[in-house]
Amino acid sequence: MLLKDYTHLAISSVVRNRFRSILTSLGIAIGIAAVVLLTSIGEGINKFVLSEFTQFGTTLIGINPGRTTTHGMAIGVFGSVRPLTIDDAQALKKVPYARTVVSAVQGNAEIESHRKRRRTTVYGVGSTFPEAFSLSVASGRFLPDDDPVSARAFAVLGSKLRKELFGDASPLGKRVRVGGHRYRIIGTMESKGQVLGVDLDDAIYIPVARALELFNREGVMEIDLVYSEQAPVDEVVAGIKRILIARHGSEDFTITTQEQMMDVLGSVLNILTFAVGAIGGISLLVGGVGILTIMTISVNERVSEIGLFTALGATRLQILGLFLGESILLAMVGGLVGLGVGFGGAQLLHWLLPALPTHTPILFVVLAECLAILIGLLAGVLPARRASRMDPIEALRTE
Amino acid sequence: MIQLDHIERVFQVGDQKVHALHDVGLKVERGEYLSIMGPSGSGKSTLLNIIGLLDRPSDGQYFLDDKDVSLLTEKEQAKTRREKIGFVFQFFHLVPRLTAAENVELPLVLAGMMPGERKQKVSEVLQAMGIGDRMHHRPEQLSGGQRQRVAIARATIMQPTVILADEPTGNLDRASGKEVVEILERLVDNGLTLVVVTHDPELGQRAKRQIKMVDGSIVSDTLRSV
Ligand SMILES: Nc1ncnc2c1ncn2[C@@H]1O[C@H](COP(=O)(O)OP(=O)(O)OP(=O)(O)O)[C@@H](O)[C@H]1O
Ligand SMILES: [Mg+2]
Repeated sequence: MLLKDYTHLAISSVVRNRFRSILTSLGIAIGIAAVVLLTSIGEGINKFVLSEFTQFGTTLIGINPGRTTTHGMAIGVFGSVRPLTIDDAQALKKVPYARTVVSAVQGNAEIESHRKRRRTTVYGVGSTFPEAFSLSVASGRFLPDDDPVSARAFAVLGSKLRKELFGDASPLGKRVRVGGHRYRIIGTMESKGQVLGVDLDDAIYIPVARALELFNREGVMEIDLVYSEQAPVDEVVAGIKRILIARHGSEDFTITTQEQMMDVLGSVLNILTFAVGAIGGISLLVGGVGILTIMTISVNERVSEIGLFTALGATRLQILGLFLGESILLAMVGGLVGLGVGFGGAQLLHWLLPALPTHTPILFVVLAECLAILIGLLAGVLPARRASRMDPIEALRTE
Repeated sequence: MIQLDHIERVFQVGDQKVHALHDVGLKVERGEYLSIMGPSGSGKSTLLNIIGLLDRPSDGQYFLDDKDVSLLTEKEQAKTRREKIGFVFQFFHLVPRLTAAENVELPLVLAGMMPGERKQKVSEVLQAMGIGDRMHHRPEQLSGGQRQRVAIARATIMQPTVILADEPTGNLDRASGKEVVEILERLVDNGLTLVVVTHDPELGQRAKRQIKMVDGSIVSDTLRSV
């Protein structure tokens, strides 16, 4: 028997019971649509977050005070932790392949211009900060490379803060008070938007030594080191360790490479995608049970047809194929509709919420349809087997 | 061509045994026209099903074209049914969702014949049955007589050697019943073997050879005296 004829017979039966077929396929359609839509969103978010993370470049290494054990507990809570200092940062410039080193302190303070005040984020950073984090200056210049100990009271404004305090007027040369201390504005930054929920635009940048004073801290919060592209990460990390251990006497700091961050991020996102897939999987299971049910009913209704086919010389295998074909067709149609709805839904969502990126990998689409077909196959096996084992004389006795 | 020896058929209904056929022996030659009559429950359909390889005897032997059919595999049995035997039923047994042509085409489809070849045969057979103009109608759009003619077309399209008809006129009025009988008899004229099970004495007596069954046994086997 030709494949074309199996298809034709399956279609004729599915079309004959249009309404029922639509309802049955709907289960699979919803499942596939859910899987496609949710994974599209998941993949989109995945891509989005990854690009956010790599915005600062992939050759960035962060060093924080305190040692994080594998259990995530900082040993520093008990033992002695020496703060990371500006001098440490200076020393780290000697790490092999190091291109830039920047130390950073962050806090909140009140900013006051001649008539407005606003509480916002203060970043104490070094002169190489824009270079390290791929930021650019909009007007004026960034903080100069002063001797950290006697850094001049200069400040640079983020784009949003500049607008808040000065409107459209140029703030260059104006004075602001940061936590009560006077600073002169020497530059403004280009807008960067939100990066991982941190608004770098609503911020003011001042020299790190002054920020330490302002927040009454002994050490910086983080030292970031950018190394050259081709450098072996291991060697850079080893260099950092060697220098800091020599200065501190023990490894009382934590080094985080971009690679590690991506790994952690990747596994979190994988779990997310998996959970989403599981939800879709459950709806597919329900859809599969729907097909199983309707195929069982269908076999019962068509007992006499099965008898007839046997009388006409159909083998058991052919009867099995006829019913399997039907359940696969139901699942396939449901799957295609689901793909359409899921893909369309993802596009629509992206159109409605441009901030929410969606991405539907073609491999996913193919896999989803294969999955639908597989479900149809599995759901059809039991009813089709029952049909193929039916006793033809019993089957023909019914009218 | 058909040879049955000491055929028994026992159905197990609950813990009761129903003896549908008892020691049935029958020999049918190619081209014979045979009617089987008898009261309801006498085992006529059961006998026909065994001849048509839809059922297996509980005991006894059945040779079709000198071959012991109990030795055939399931696939070979299906092939035999497809190629040598055509069934006509009381309730037509047309597939409601298929057109007349598609119903007639079914045996060819099951045999794996190519569509081009099929179309030709189907329209020839339907023309011969006088329902060529109803090819694309569904069973529900046809009268009982027309439906039975579609069923006969389907039974003959593979050019079988035996036609087994179980009360082919049981659901038809007199006029269309007569038409159907005439069509079946024309098949005999063309050399086919015809076995008709019927309750209708008038129809039964048209057959050259008449068999009477009572309680699962053949009680008489007579040739029509012309
Ligand atoms: N599948 C079955 N299971 C159990 N008993 C059966 C089965 N098929 C037939 N019988 C029994 O076997 C006997 C013969 O049945 P069969 O259908 O051959 O009779 P019949 O002569 O064709 O009757 P009718 O003229 O009413 O069609 C009956 O007693 C019937 O109840
Ligand atoms: Mg009967």
